[in-house]
Amino acid sequence: VSPRNRAIALGLGLLLLAAVPPVASLFNQPFYLDLVRRIMIFAIAAASLNLILGYGGMVSFGHAAYLGVGGYAVGVLAHYGVVDGIVQWALAIGASALVALVIGAVSIRTSGVYFIMITLAFTQMLYYLGISVEEFGGDDGMRLAAKSRFPGVDLNDASVFYYLVLAVLVLVLFLGHRLVNSRFGMVIRAARSNETRTRAIGVSPYRYRLAAFVIAGAVCGLAGALLVNHTAYLTPEFMNWTRSGELMFMVILGGMGSVAGPVLGAFALLVLEDLLSGWTQHWQIVLGPLLVLSVLFFRRGLAGLFDKNE
Amino acid sequence: MNLILVLEQTLNGLQLGVMLFLMAAGLTLVFGIMNLVNLAHGSFYMVGAYLATYFYQLTGSYWLGVLLGLAGTLVVGVAVELVALRTLYERDHLDQVLATFGLILFFNELAAMVWGRAALYTNIPEYLSGHVELLPGLRYPLYRLVIIVVGLAVAGLLWFVVARTRLGMLIRAGASNRAMVAALGVNIRLLYTLVFGFGAALAGLAGLMAGPIYVVQPGMGELILIEVFVVIVIGGIGSIRGALAGALIVGMVDTLGRAFLKPALATVLSPVAAQAAGPALASMLIYLLMAVVLALKPQGLFPARL
Repeated sequence: VSPRNRAIALGLGLLLLAAVPPVASLFNQPFYLDLVRRIMIFAIAAASLNLILGYGGMVSFGHAAYLGVGGYAVGVLAHYGVVDGIVQWALAIGASALVALVIGAVSIRTSGVYFIMITLAFTQMLYYLGISVEEFGGDDGMRLAAKSRFPGVDLNDASVFYYLVLAVLVLVLFLGHRLVNSRFGMVIRAARSNETRTRAIGVSPYRYRLAAFVIAGAVCGLAGALLVNHTAYLTPEFMNWTRSGELMFMVILGGMGSVAGPVLGAFALLVLEDLLSGWTQHWQIVLGPLLVLSVLFFRRGLAGLFDKNE
Repeated sequence: MNLILVLEQTLNGLQLGVMLFLMAAGLTLVFGIMNLVNLAHGSFYMVGAYLATYFYQLTGSYWLGVLLGLAGTLVVGVAVELVALRTLYERDHLDQVLATFGLILFFNELAAMVWGRAALYTNIPEYLSGHVELLPGLRYPLYRLVIIVVGLAVAGLLWFVVARTRLGMLIRAGASNRAMVAALGVNIRLLYTLVFGFGAALAGLAGLMAGPIYVVQPGMGELILIEVFVVIVIGGIGSIRGALAGALIVGMVDTLGRAFLKPALATVLSPVAAQAAGPALASMLIYLLMAVVLALKPQGLFPARL
């Protein structure tokens, strides 16, 4: 695909997303606005995972942890009456970055299957922590006391919130694009394709990987802050290990290591889930084998369909 | 009195440990030999529990239930290997994780369709229930003792098979050089299928023994699976000795932590703080242990050589 066609495709996609609120209200179908907003929030989370999984080759099976940390940062502040959005979101990003720093510092020392299991186990640890803290609802979770308040932006207005999510998504994709094409991004990608050579030219990948891991965690924490405002409810389920699996599937279905891939993947997976669950309550019995088939036969993802020669 | 409580909790820890070992042994063998990360291993645990419960209730015979549960899990394991996983041996770990994640969704939903989402409660035959007086004042459930004995016996049997038989020799040879074993005329695919099937049956054994103690419900396998990952990471991936050591350590730390952390904290903190922090810390304990082990020995306590 030429850069020009790519720009046209991106512009069209953006227009389509921007057109959702007016079209949904025209047909009086607020459900779709809700659905697309949720998908975009997950697309942000998947885009952050793509940074380390797709470009960095770090198979993190615990990315839902940061959705949870971001969500709890907002929820806990709101619980104690702090509803200023800037404070809340800053804490969501900061806390997720810190958690990612700790988890990353331990797990990046390992690789391969150890890395997969360790990231999974740490997320499970946070999940159990969420369950055992009764103050914040424990197992049942708690209602978000109030949505984040920003000067001049009212998140209670469904379409205002929608456009905010869209803006964050575009910003995250743009910055992600800049990042992976920077020197920093080159080191990350180089370490993925050949660690020995990367070391041989004088770069030690550990710090770069850790930095990427922290950035991915921070962005995912922001997605968590958006998600808790979207659901208006907070439970440890944010950090459920199946969430981490879903995020990985969004990245893979969309096509690894392409900036728009996670967005396509999030749409594909969540729309599929929505369709199947409308059809039968046992939708997972269809989804499971479909996912297995997609791994076996559809390895390059949706972005691969457009990009034949990469 | 206090000593008796400690002994009782130690036995509980041992019981959890041998269950974790039964799960970890299959998972670590499959990883060590086929280089396959199988998330769906927890599904075999669930399948074993459901099949045994179902056949017990159908036939009225506990032992027939156990036998059919084991055989059924073996068949399911072999079928999964033949249909889905065989093509994944050559793929990278990411693909294996994703594909087996899909399998988990399938199995959990299948169990929910066949047996419902509600938890099944199952009981044990009369001669296995009741308590035994091990020491004066220490009465311990017979069934849990049976689990410990069975688990340790299987561990011994497994060591014998891997270290002392021709089949075990082939397994070890297949782990170190697949192509060479195949060139010597061994049907390596059949060997893989066998190992996978028996690993599944071991998980099924753990599941069917766990059924009467915990509850039988969809998703039960994943709760234990993640603890088994901790076991394997602590013990060293691909190593059966490591799996045994890791399982016993994790079983003890988890059980003793849940039993004694809160009272222990209460001696240094205020009762209210201990009440809040105790359970939270106890549920995180094995993960913290894992982090410490990794920081000191990134390859685990007993790095693989099988």
